[in-house]
Amino acid sequence: MENFRVLIVDDEIDFLETIVNRLKKRDFKAAGVTSGEEAIELVQEQSFDVIILDIKMPGGMDGIEALREIRKIQPLAQVILLTGHAAVETSIEGLKLGAFDYLLKPIKFEELLKKMMAAYEKKSEHDRKIRDAKIQELIRDPLKIFDKDD
Amino acid sequence: MDGSIYKRLNRKIILITLIVSLAPLLILGEVIYYQFTRVYEEKIEDQIRHMARAQTNAVEVFLKERTTILSTIVDTHSFDYMQNQENLSHLFKVISMRVDGLVDLGIIDSAGQHLSYAGPYDLLGLNYYQQPWFSKVMDRGEYISDVYMGYRQMPHFIIAVRGRDNSRTWVLRATIDSDVFNKLVRTAQTGRSGDAFIINKDGIYQTASRFHGTALGKSNLDARLFGNETMIIEKQKIDGKTKSYAGAWLKNNEWLLVIGQEMGEERGGLLTTRNMEIIIISLGCLVIIITTILTTRITVRRLEEANNHINEINAQLMQSDKLAALGKMATGIAHEINNPLAIISEKAGWMRDLLADEKFQESENLKEYTVSIDKIEDHVERARKVTHNMLGFARRMEPHLDDVDVNDVLDQSLELLQNYARLSNIEIKKDLYPHFPIIASDQSQLQQVFLNLLNNAIDAIGKDGVIEIKTWLDDSQIAVSIKDNGPGIPPEYQRKVFDPFFTTKATGKGTGLGLSISFSIIEKMGGTISFTSKESEGTTFTIRLPVVIPERK
Repeated sequence: MENFRVLIVDDEIDFLETIVNRLKKRDFKAAGVTSGEEAIELVQEQSFDVIILDIKMPGGMDGIEALREIRKIQPLAQVILLTGHAAVETSIEGLKLGAFDYLLKPIKFEELLKKMMAAYEKKSEHDRKIRDAKIQELIRDPLKIFDKDD
Repeated sequence: MDGSIYKRLNRKIILITLIVSLAPLLILGEVIYYQFTRVYEEKIEDQIRHMARAQTNAVEVFLKERTTILSTIVDTHSFDYMQNQENLSHLFKVISMRVDGLVDLGIIDSAGQHLSYAGPYDLLGLNYYQQPWFSKVMDRGEYISDVYMGYRQMPHFIIAVRGRDNSRTWVLRATIDSDVFNKLVRTAQTGRSGDAFIINKDGIYQTASRFHGTALGKSNLDARLFGNETMIIEKQKIDGKTKSYAGAWLKNNEWLLVIGQEMGEERGGLLTTRNMEIIIISLGCLVIIITTILTTRITVRRLEEANNHINEINAQLMQSDKLAALGKMATGIAHEINNPLAIISEKAGWMRDLLADEKFQESENLKEYTVSIDKIEDHVERARKVTHNMLGFARRMEPHLDDVDVNDVLDQSLELLQNYARLSNIEIKKDLYPHFPIIASDQSQLQQVFLNLLNNAIDAIGKDGVIEIKTWLDDSQIAVSIKDNGPGIPPEYQRKVFDPFFTTKATGKGTGLGLSISFSIIEKMGGTISFTSKESEGTTFTIRLPVVIPERK
C-alpha cells in the first residue's frame, strides 16, 4: 500500500486526523487538509490516487468547487465524495463532474476501504492505459521522449 | 367535527326563519280579523241603534195618537155626557173601530170615584184617589202610567187625561192593550237573538223581553247606563257571546226602549270570512314551515359537506406543511448528528486498530475494551440508521415513473412479508379488483408504502390474527385498503399517526417515520391516505391513487 496516495479533505479535524491515522496504520500514504483551498494547494504540489472530499464545508470553498478545481489539476485522481447531508442533487452534480462515488456519513470504515480500493483500481487501470498508449507512441515516434511532459 | 353543531345551527336557522316569517303573517291575520270584526260590529251597532231610534218613534207615535184621541174627547165632550154609561160605551165602540190597542175607557171624578166604564172588567165604583197616577194626571193634564198590576191583577198601563167642565175637573182614563203594545214593540226583534223591550228608569220591564223576563220583572240592565242619546252598551254573556244593547228614551225619558242583538249570530258572514282567513294563513304557515325546514336542512347539509371537505383539505395541507418543515429540520439535525457520529465511529475504529498492537494484546482488560468498542460501533450504526431514515424522509426526489400494476406491487410486497406473517400465525385474505389499468407511478415508492402498512398491520396484531387486503375502483380512483384486527389506535393517538417520529413501538424498533414517509409519497403521487380505527376492533388504512395513464413510449 506504500504507493497508494490518499488525500482526505474534511473540516472536522477530529474526523480527519482519525481517518488519516487509521489509513496510515494500514500503510496508506495518507494526507489530510481541512479546507478546499488547502486541498488545491496540496494537489498542485503532489499527485494523489484517491481524494476523499467532504461536500459540505462551512465557509470558503465548498466541496463541489474544490472538486471542479481538483479535476482540472489532476484529472486522473479518483474523488470519493463524503457528506453528512443527503443532498442527493449535490452528489449527482458531483458525479457528473467526474467524482468516482459518494458516501453518506457516518461511513463504515470497511466500506470506505472497499470504495477506495475500487477507485484505486480504476485509477491504476487508467494509468496503465495511458502508459501503454505512451509506450506505443514512443515506439512509433521515439523522438517524442524529448517533448515536454506534463 | 361534532355533528351537534350542525343540528343546533339547523334548529336555530329554522327557528329564526319561522319567527321572522310567521310572526308578521299571524299578526297581519289577527289585525285584519280584528279590523274586520270592528267594522262588522260597528255596522251591527249602527243597525240596532237605528232600529232603537225608529222603534222609539213608532212607540211614541202610538202613545201620542192615543193620548190625542183621549184629549180630543175630553175637550169636545161635557162631563155630563161622558158620565152617562151608554154614551161612554158608544164612544168606546167608535174609537175601537178607528184605533186598536184600547181595552177600556172610564170616567173618574175629581174625588177619584169611577163614575162610568166601558170595557170587559167590572171596575165601576172603585176609587182611584189613592192611585199614584191619579194625582199626576190631576196635576199635569195628561199622563201615561208605568205598567202596574192595579185592581185587575195583571200588568197593564193606562193613559189618562184631565177634563175641565164648568169648574168641574174629571179624568178620562183608557187602558192600553198589553198584547197590542207588546206586539208593536216586538216588531223590532230580528233574527234568532234579537230582542226588543221597554224598561222604565228603575229597570223594570214594561214589556216582556224575549229571553229574560216578563212585564214588571226586574231586568238586569241598568237604565242609567244609557245616556240621553241613543246609546250602545255591551254585555258579556255566560257562554262567551257578546250581546249588544241599544237604548233610546221615550215618554219624557221615563221609558227606555231597548234593542238587543247578539253579535255572534249576526256575524255569520264574519265567521265564514274568519274561517277562510284561518285556512289560508294555516296553509301559508304550513308551506313556510315545510319550505324552511327543507331548505335549511339542504343548506346546512351543504355547509357541513363543504366544511368537512375544507377540513379534510386543511388537514392534508397542515400535514404536508408539517412534513415540509420537519423535513428541513430533519435534514439539519441529521447533518449535525452525522458528523459527530462519523467522528465517534472513526475514533472507535482507531481504538480497535490500536488494540491490535502487541502490548494491548497482553492486557487483561482486552476483552472488555473489545466489547465496549463493539458496542460503540453497534450504537453508532443504530443512530446512523435513524439519521439516514430521517434523510430519506426529507429527500425530495423526482418520482421515477414506471408502468405499475397496483395489484402486482401488492403481491410482491406481500411475498416479502409472507414468512414473517406465517411465523406470527397471521392469515392474509386478499380480495383484489381484477381489471385495474396500468398506471404511471413509482413502483419502488409504492412498494415502500405497502410494505410499511403491511408491516404495521402485522406488528399491530402481534400474534394470531387476520389481515384483509382489498382493492377496488372507487370513483375512477384506485383504492387499496389494508385492514387488521389488532387492538386499534387509541383515539388520543389518532391525530398524530402521520406525524414524523411518532411511534408507539418499543425504542429502537420503529423510528416513527414509516407512516409520514408513506403519507408524503402518496401525496406526491396525487393520492390520499386515510384510516379508520376502532379500539379492540382494528384499523383500516385506505389509499386512493389517481389513475394516471402512462405516456406511450
